[in-house]
Amino acid sequence: MDKFGYAQSQKFDTYASRLLPREEYFTSGHRACQGCGEALAVRWVCKAIGKDAIIAHATGCMEIVSSGWPQTSWMHPWIHVAFENTSAVASGIETALKILDRKGKLTGPRPKVVAMGGDGGTSDIGLQSLSGALERGHNFTYFCWDNEAYMNTGIQRSSSTPYGAMTTTSPPGKMSIGQHTQKKNMAAIAVAHGIPYVATASPSYLFDLFFKVRKAIETPGPAYVHVLSVCPTGWRSATDLSVRLGRLAVETGVFPLYEVVNGKYRLTVEPPKIRPVQDYLKPQGRFRHLRDKERAFIQKHTQAQYELLLQKCGAAYPELPVISETEEETE
Amino acid sequence: MAHRVGMEVSLAVSEAVQMARAEAIAAYPITPQTHIVEHLSSVVANGELEAEFVNVESEHSAISTCIGMSATGARTYTATSSQGLALMNEILFIASALRLPIVMTVANRALSGPLSIWNDHGDIMAARDIGWIQIFVENGQEAFDHSVMAFKIAENHEVLLPTIINLDGFILSHVVEAMEFPDQELVDKFLPPYHPRYCLDPAKPVTMGAFAMPEVYTEVKMAHQTALTNSYEHILKVWKEWGDLTGRHYQPVEKYKTEGAKTLLLTMGCLSEVAEVAVDEMREAGMDVGLLRLRMWRPFPFADLRNAVAGAKLLIVCDRALSLGGAAPPVLAEVRSALYAMRGRPQTASFVIGLGGRDVAPDAFKAIVAQAQEEAQQKPTQEYHIFGVRG
Repeated sequence: MDKFGYAQSQKFDTYASRLLPREEYFTSGHRACQGCGEALAVRWVCKAIGKDAIIAHATGCMEIVSSGWPQTSWMHPWIHVAFENTSAVASGIETALKILDRKGKLTGPRPKVVAMGGDGGTSDIGLQSLSGALERGHNFTYFCWDNEAYMNTGIQRSSSTPYGAMTTTSPPGKMSIGQHTQKKNMAAIAVAHGIPYVATASPSYLFDLFFKVRKAIETPGPAYVHVLSVCPTGWRSATDLSVRLGRLAVETGVFPLYEVVNGKYRLTVEPPKIRPVQDYLKPQGRFRHLRDKERAFIQKHTQAQYELLLQKCGAAYPELPVISETEEETE
Repeated sequence: MAHRVGMEVSLAVSEAVQMARAEAIAAYPITPQTHIVEHLSSVVANGELEAEFVNVESEHSAISTCIGMSATGARTYTATSSQGLALMNEILFIASALRLPIVMTVANRALSGPLSIWNDHGDIMAARDIGWIQIFVENGQEAFDHSVMAFKIAENHEVLLPTIINLDGFILSHVVEAMEFPDQELVDKFLPPYHPRYCLDPAKPVTMGAFAMPEVYTEVKMAHQTALTNSYEHILKVWKEWGDLTGRHYQPVEKYKTEGAKTLLLTMGCLSEVAEVAVDEMREAGMDVGLLRLRMWRPFPFADLRNAVAGAKLLIVCDRALSLGGAAPPVLAEVRSALYAMRGRPQTASFVIGLGGRDVAPDAFKAIVAQAQEEAQQKPTQEYHIFGVRG
């Protein structure tokens, strides 16, 4: 067992489902929507974190569905303060633990410090406090639950909303294709802070997620994990497709899974063949309005971004995708 | 043995925080609070204070970091001014609702715009309803004493409220005064280490900052209000204990030469010392003028104020902030409300003085008294005056 209560065999690379912890830290009874990819991610991330941790959470979906007084879904010590300041709150927790530990005031092992927030709370309103905390080098892990819009307030666009997506504040119309900006690359922003560990992850790749969480938690200094969280409510997708969509995001190259250890990029999931982006766009109502022209543009952009990432990883682009012209209607 | 030292007041505040053995400090530089946190950084860097100092990237993060520190169980301190306090605003309400005993010094400074780094009370008056205990000090000795006492008040398990010590920027924070410093043993005896009632601990997990449905929000606010109102008696107890140890006793409303005074000036903060000089001179000239100094701003000391004004005919409230477009400047509004139900209450007059660092000399108070006394004979034409304003 390591000091966090995990057997060595469980540590990084040899996960088997029977070895995954049975303890639940994000418990049932929360009010997340049916098919919520974020709740799934939170549940497994909390399992991977283990018992000895303190969590600071930003305002947002996960906070609202899990902490209506007098109930709570959190088995960890957990604090919610506001929307944009979670990294600052986590900075305070980490600092207090440091001094209390030094003064011999902690009763148990020094807990791990974790901050969590949605894509709005991370890439928009919380970007400054996150940047500050990363720069200061606090020993904490930040999880961004990226469902690609302000879902909690009713599906408004954020800087993490992908190009072309329909949201309530980026509606398509005669003068607009919907969201007209490209998704902000939060992982790259985190990497630019020179922090020791950055990763993208998805609950559709559970072992990859688990592996990254453990690694992030055990990395001394700041770590950032960006988790794509499929949102059937906001993405206008079927609730039973959430895990599938998470996989499609990876298989189409829209959301590659990689980690950056001390600035060194590595793809952790390498699809042997990249599927056409259309496979990912099609099941989602938020892209329904897009014409072939825009879909082709998204394909081109996705491919370019993927190639850039591969360059950083020192890998070659797998087989080039071909946009299927004769794809069957699935709806 | 206590010793007497001449020191800049900002440094004295930082000494107080050091003697109180603060464990965690987060701050962002803003004039005129900077000397306090500069000095604290240096004592932490030198190992003279066993604490962690976090240089955050904004005041919003300063108070947020303080919340994390305090919620984890560390004795927590920060300082700010003006725009910094305004930037904190959203989180100030949450700090008090979470019942975290953070202590903060506000070196009072005008709010922009136009930008002004100089002193008035516009910053704290805009944060009046944040649910913190709020104390105003008059001089360096008070700044030191109240900075130490604030921790003891805030951390009392019956109180558990964050506390602000207001001291006037520059005209108090940057002056060198003679002050008496107690020994560390005395402070240690007075202020034992902080034991949180609840904190973030995996051994006993709690959820802090849950949201409230309409069924409970009102009750939570009521509980907060009750805690703040009830903190009054605990504040007085702590002040008395300190007074017994040091010989320096403090009251929610301080009286200066009020015996038989028919006209009373009411001030807050360090301009009170200037007003005292004016009162001395007016008393010498045979005028029955006295001075009240409001030390405790939150919780508001209703009974003390009513007792203090009993017998006076005219109460002249000197505000250092405006309520633009409002019925009255903030202190006047509170004082009038507090006195409204009082039988035989004095007539009130209102003057706004010293905005954005405008100097206020003793003569100003004399002129204010003369004008107020003259107008008291007539039908009031104006809700309040901005003293000495041009144009």
